[in-house]
Amino acid sequence: MVNIEFLGPIKKEPLQLEITNLSQLSEVLKQDTQLVSWLESCAVAVNDVLVSSKDVELKSGDKVSLLPPVCGG
Amino acid sequence: MNNEKYLQLIDGALPVEQITNAWYREFKNSNYGAIITFVGVVRDENGIDGLSFDIYEPILNSWFKAWQEKAKSKNAIVLMAHSRGDVPNHESSYVAAVCSPQRRVALELIDEYVEDFKQNAPIWKYDIINNQRVYAQDRSSKIQGAGILS
Repeated sequence: MVNIEFLGPIKKEPLQLEITNLSQLSEVLKQDTQLVSWLESCAVAVNDVLVSSKDVELKSGDKVSLLPPVCGG
Repeated sequence: MNNEKYLQLIDGALPVEQITNAWYREFKNSNYGAIITFVGVVRDENGIDGLSFDIYEPILNSWFKAWQEKAKSKNAIVLMAHSRGDVPNHESSYVAAVCSPQRRVALELIDEYVEDFKQNAPIWKYDIINNQRVYAQDRSSKIQGAGILS
C-alpha cells in the first residue's frame, strides 16, 4: 500500500492505494472530483523529497504528499 | 548553537526582540561583518483580523538545509523563525537573517533567501476573517515542478 497525503488547504483524509508508480496515482486522482482541480497546481513529494516527473516507481510503504501553492511569511 | 536555533517554529506571533537579540548575541562575536535581519509583519488589510499558517516540517527542514549549505559556500549562515497557527494583525509571523563576513554577500543572499522562501517553502497562509480561516490562494505560488499529476 502507498500512502497519499494532502497538505495545507486540501481538505481530504489520506488515502491508501495499491499503485506502483505516479502515473497510476495521477489516473486515480483525476477521477476524484474533489481533487481534480488541485492537480494542476500541486507539487508532489515521495517520502518527503520533491519530484519533478511522473516517472517515479512506488513501493509498499512509500508516502506521496501533494503540496498546493504556498505562501509563507 | 544547536540547529533548533537556526530554524525556529513557534505557535502564534513571534517574540521578535527575543529572537533577533538572541541571534545578535550569538553571532556578533563570530566575526560576521554584516548581519541582516528581515522581519515580516502582518498588515491590517482587506478586513482581516490576522493570518494563520500550516507548515509541513519535513520538507521545510530540507529546504532550509539546502539554504544552509548554499550560505556556507559563501562563508555565510542563514537563520529563520516562523509562526504556526494564528498571528494577529501588527504582529510578526516571519523573521529571517543572514550573517556574513561581507556586506555584499549578505545583501544579495537576504534577497534571494526571502524570495525563494516565499516561492518554495512548504507553508500555507490563511486570512482570518470572522474567526474563519480562508486559504490565501490568490497570493500563493506553485512550488517549482508543480502539476506533474495533471
